[in-house]
Amino acid sequence: MLQAVDLECVRGERCLFRGLALELGPGQCLHIAGDNGVGKTSLLRILAGLLSPTRGHVRWKGSDIVRTREEYGSDLVFVGHLNGVKDDLTVLENVRFEAALRGIDLGEEAARRALALLGLEEFDDAIVRQLSQGQKRRVALTRLCGAAGARLWILDEPFNALDSRAIESVYALLDGHLATGGIVVLTAHQTVDLPSSAQRLDLLGWALA
Amino acid sequence: MTAALLAVVRRDLLLALRQRGDVVNVLLFFVVVVTIVPLGVGPELNVLRMIGAGTVWVAALLASIVSLARMFAQDYADGSLEQMLLSGQPASIVVIGKIVAHWLVTGAPITLASVPIAVMFDLGLESAGTLVAALALGTPALSLIGAVGAALTLGLRGGGVLVTLLVLPLTVPVLIFGAGAVDATAGGLSAAADLLLLAGLSLAAAALAPWAIVTALRISLE
Repeated sequence: MLQAVDLECVRGERCLFRGLALELGPGQCLHIAGDNGVGKTSLLRILAGLLSPTRGHVRWKGSDIVRTREEYGSDLVFVGHLNGVKDDLTVLENVRFEAALRGIDLGEEAARRALALLGLEEFDDAIVRQLSQGQKRRVALTRLCGAAGARLWILDEPFNALDSRAIESVYALLDGHLATGGIVVLTAHQTVDLPSSAQRLDLLGWALA
Repeated sequence: MTAALLAVVRRDLLLALRQRGDVVNVLLFFVVVVTIVPLGVGPELNVLRMIGAGTVWVAALLASIVSLARMFAQDYADGSLEQMLLSGQPASIVVIGKIVAHWLVTGAPITLASVPIAVMFDLGLESAGTLVAALALGTPALSLIGAVGAALTLGLRGGGVLVTLLVLPLTVPVLIFGAGAVDATAGGLSAAADLLLLAGLSLAAAALAPWAIVTALRISLE
């Protein structure tokens, strides 16, 4: 389903990786590991189509993602380094806007249920600015519950700032997604116990290959 | 697609409402610039009548440039811009929604505020009507052209000055036909030609700008 061919990424003067290839099918989870600055975030942004690789390309269901941006976008949930949540809107407004943008008319009840999954049930109507860092991260992760039908999740350090209870909830979401044939690509800094099926890709080895 | 467009417009209007200080400041800036010009040139009514339309247009231009900082910068900084471009909607829909919202909180109030200002410059009823019509037809072009500049300078240091240098020359035709429409009415001629040209400029900008903006935004996000 997701296929990367001969990826090369040069940032500034440095070559982060070269000749990188990967292929993921339904139900597979890829954990990208490596020290700070080896290019984990760059790789995720390339896979999401936000960054063009210096060489190579990414395919989704056989076609180049640059040519099928809209179809790819509706199959993809991306939680980046930035939360992508508006500080001046309430939690509920943020979640419902994102759903509306994906063409899903998320009712208020459904939105509140999604928020409850991540332990935000008491903060539905709070302005995001007043939330803590971890709570903001949870609002961003609500994207995972809201976007039904998105087969591919690309998550950049999803567990950052989360407490152990929230991490458990995210695990449950990941497991459910993989069990229904979804695909997950993520980076995680902490030594977390990811689903046992997760494959590990160490980026360090690709720098000077 | 329409639902997504409306969602973006609604979101940006809601944000403008929550940050209404920024919106009011742009309008105040417009009013202050228009007000200090007569203080500089003196109270001679004939002179004021002559420079009225031009002054309003220059002020509208400057106010729309001041407001460009709001357009993409915050969405870029907090990551919601990349989310909107990855949402599976055509990126141009998102961009058009943001421009519509931008016009509703800058171009539209400026057009309305020009009514009392026309009285201040003693423009007369007919010229005032033409001025309002010209602003209503021309300010969309200002928002559209401005958005191209805002997208190109996104994330750059000192982008504020650069965006002014980029956008001002491109908006000169809008300024010329906008002020020309009022001059024609004041001289007893029909303003139709100038107004149609303004509408044409706005339509041409609406056709070309979204494509340029999307390309610029994708480059800025890299």
